[in-house]
Amino acid sequence: MVRRGWPMMDTRASILPLRLDRLGFSAGGADLLSDISLTVRSGRRLLVIGPNGAGKSLLLRLCHGLIQPNSGRVIWADGSVRPRSQAMVFQRPVLLRRSVRANLEYALSVSGMARVQRKAPTDAALRRFGLAPLARRAARLLSGGEQQRLAIARAWLLQPEIMFLDEPCSALDPGATRLIEETIAGFATEGMTLMMTTHDLGQARRLADDIVFLHKGRLVEHGPAADFFDAPKTREAGAFLAGDLLW
Amino acid sequence: MASNPFVTAFELIASGNPELIQIMGLSLRVTLSAVLIGCLIGLPLGAVLALTRFPGRAGVIVLFNALMGLPPVVAGLLIYLLLSRSGPMGDYALLFTPAAMIMAQGILILPIVVSLTRSVVEDLWIEYEEQLRSLGTSRIRSVPTLLWDGRISLLTGVLAGFGRASAEVGAVLIVGGNIAGHTRTMTTAITLETSRGNLGMAVALGTILLLITLTLNGAAYGITQWSGGGGR
Repeated sequence: MVRRGWPMMDTRASILPLRLDRLGFSAGGADLLSDISLTVRSGRRLLVIGPNGAGKSLLLRLCHGLIQPNSGRVIWADGSVRPRSQAMVFQRPVLLRRSVRANLEYALSVSGMARVQRKAPTDAALRRFGLAPLARRAARLLSGGEQQRLAIARAWLLQPEIMFLDEPCSALDPGATRLIEETIAGFATEGMTLMMTTHDLGQARRLADDIVFLHKGRLVEHGPAADFFDAPKTREAGAFLAGDLLW
Repeated sequence: MASNPFVTAFELIASGNPELIQIMGLSLRVTLSAVLIGCLIGLPLGAVLALTRFPGRAGVIVLFNALMGLPPVVAGLLIYLLLSRSGPMGDYALLFTPAAMIMAQGILILPIVVSLTRSVVEDLWIEYEEQLRSLGTSRIRSVPTLLWDGRISLLTGVLAGFGRASAEVGAVLIVGGNIAGHTRTMTTAITLETSRGNLGMAVALGTILLLITLTLNGAAYGITQWSGGGGR
């Protein structure tokens, strides 16, 4: 197990694997997700794919603990309800109306790190994600790609064991997308577990170790990416890969 | 004093008339203190009101909205009853002092600050909630975060509060008593000097009052423009 966390953060028992046990969520009488059971294994890149409205983003929010399921359970290996050692990057990042540096320091402040200790990790994040020249700029005035990079840096700063990414590149141009993909691949190399949604099949092929294929709120396939792309087991997955399954 | 009141006013201002300076100083001291107190109470109160749900919340919101229209004389009357010899706070002998005037104006400012803060913070919360919860921010910790991120919009509310307090005459007249050199403010002095026919002094005070309001609003606009980046 890779030891995570800044020296001043206390490191606890691993929160992975993450088990989802017959997870279900409904709203307004409609079942948006039903009977989802799967295990998210440590150190893997799990890509969640499926047509629009399949429940991909919802699944991530349930795992991250932003929404409570109507049925079933989200079970972390350390037994906690919502462990700290996880972070999420949203499709449209919400940056605070402050400088780039202040946005990073804020995440550390919320995690309970004393003011004097925040500088070193913040500097490290600024350097690693190429944000140093922008440190004093207002976060809200950055370009879309820069904003998403800052959001990822902020999530990374929390030194999560698992990072959830909800369509992080959907609003970005190809250059920014490539940069984010490289960053994500880098995280995986360092042992971070990733669970990410995408509607971009090419991106899924490039990044995935494992695939979860959702359709109409149900888990249709789950397995190694190579098997899924070479020989999908279900008719729906085959149609989706061929571009014939729209919803 | 038969000359043009505008000429007299100019002479009074240009010569730095001591009475004029004294009245101006007291007015600013009273109103700025009231704004400060209104903000210290109103900003957190408005934010908490935005982020919490409790029975009777709607009633509280409606009450504060309605109080924005509280007539200054009624606010003055309430504080008068509170501070008069036979009132609950009569022993402190605060009636006809600047402290009483600060209280009265604070009552006028508070609902404006509370209502505007609630509305600004509520809107921000819609945008920020998921992100803040994802980062692990507690609701209480969200209060300063949202107040700071709403600072530009909140400035408008604080200015509106300042405008209301500096312009009102009823409340400070009732609880202050318009005592020369002690509780005479620009607005009460304008009322008095006008009724006395001492128009030069009244115009001088009115001009200064307008200039102060103009300067503050100009400064606030400047801040909004200057920090436009960070505030967006």
